Amino acid sequence: MSLVGPLLLATFLFCVGIYGVIARRNAVLVLISVELMLNAVNINLVAFQNLLFPDELAVSGLMFALFIIGVAAAEVGVGLAIVFNMFRNRASVNVDDVDLMRW
Amino acid sequence: MTGLDVVFVLVALFTAGAAVLTVTSKNLVHAALSLAATLAGTAGVFLVLHADFLALVQLVVNVGAVAVLFLFGLMLTRAPIGREALDSQNRGLGLAVAGGLFVLLSGLIIAAFGTTTVEQVTGASIEVIGIAIFADWVLPFELLSMLLLAALIGAIMLARRETGESGEEAMVTRIDVGDTPTTEGGVRAELENTTPAGQLGAGGDR
Repeated sequence: MSLVGPLLLATFLFCVGIYGVIARRNAVLVLISVELMLNAVNINLVAFQNLLFPDELAVSGLMFALFIIGVAAAEVGVGLAIVFNMFRNRASVNVDDVDLMRW
Repeated sequence: MTGLDVVFVLVALFTAGAAVLTVTSKNLVHAALSLAATLAGTAGVFLVLHADFLALVQLVVNVGAVAVLFLFGLMLTRAPIGREALDSQNRGLGLAVAGGLFVLLSGLIIAAFGTTTVEQVTGASIEVIGIAIFADWVLPFELLSMLLLAALIGAIMLARRETGESGEEAMVTRIDVGDTPTTEGGVRAELENTTPAGQLGAGGDR
């Protein structure tokens, strides 16, 4: 099986996520785009696990992907809590409106 | 081109299409559902790459929990629907950055791995993964559990209603008037007239 396919798919998902982060105004949609980028990295890790350790007992790529899934879940929880707080205080979840700490 | 490649191309097309729908959809709920489809497609990619355990974890954690969490987030924040309300003016900039990066990275990948093939894709068994977690990776594993606990408590602390100094619920913490915070007059003026000013001032400053 060719390795280029998974790598190109991961690149595409990552770039789609970057577009979402830049172009979206809603904070929840920005978090969704970040989730897309994290998934793209996971595909990359699994693909390189298959390339580098085809049938050895080293499973570093899988381990990193598992940990990334866990950390992403924690990130989504805290991020959504922050968005809720923002909505309660300002009645809006637009990232353009939150410029209090801008220089 | 083997059969695995054909299956992979199908799954990859599905995943990429769902990802594009995620960032271009005008409806928030459709965007969240497209995200769930993208995550499920990613689980399919893991299956094609023979990472069975990871595909199951992806289905349970990301498709099952994270997508539902996003749906709750969208419904609780009552965001307006429509492309102009959802997208900022940076669409051209976003297209330029993402497109440029994609061209650059895919060129690099094709130049570096264009001819690389994996003859026999074999995934690690769950037994190997379990032994690796509890032998070599036990410290990161415990750290991750602590991180999840801290994130759980932090999310609860951030998202609950604020209380007063004595620990009791404050009288008026916030007056939300509805979906459109920018409307002049109307409901808001009526509400401000009927609400005693002292209560508003006491609860408003935090």
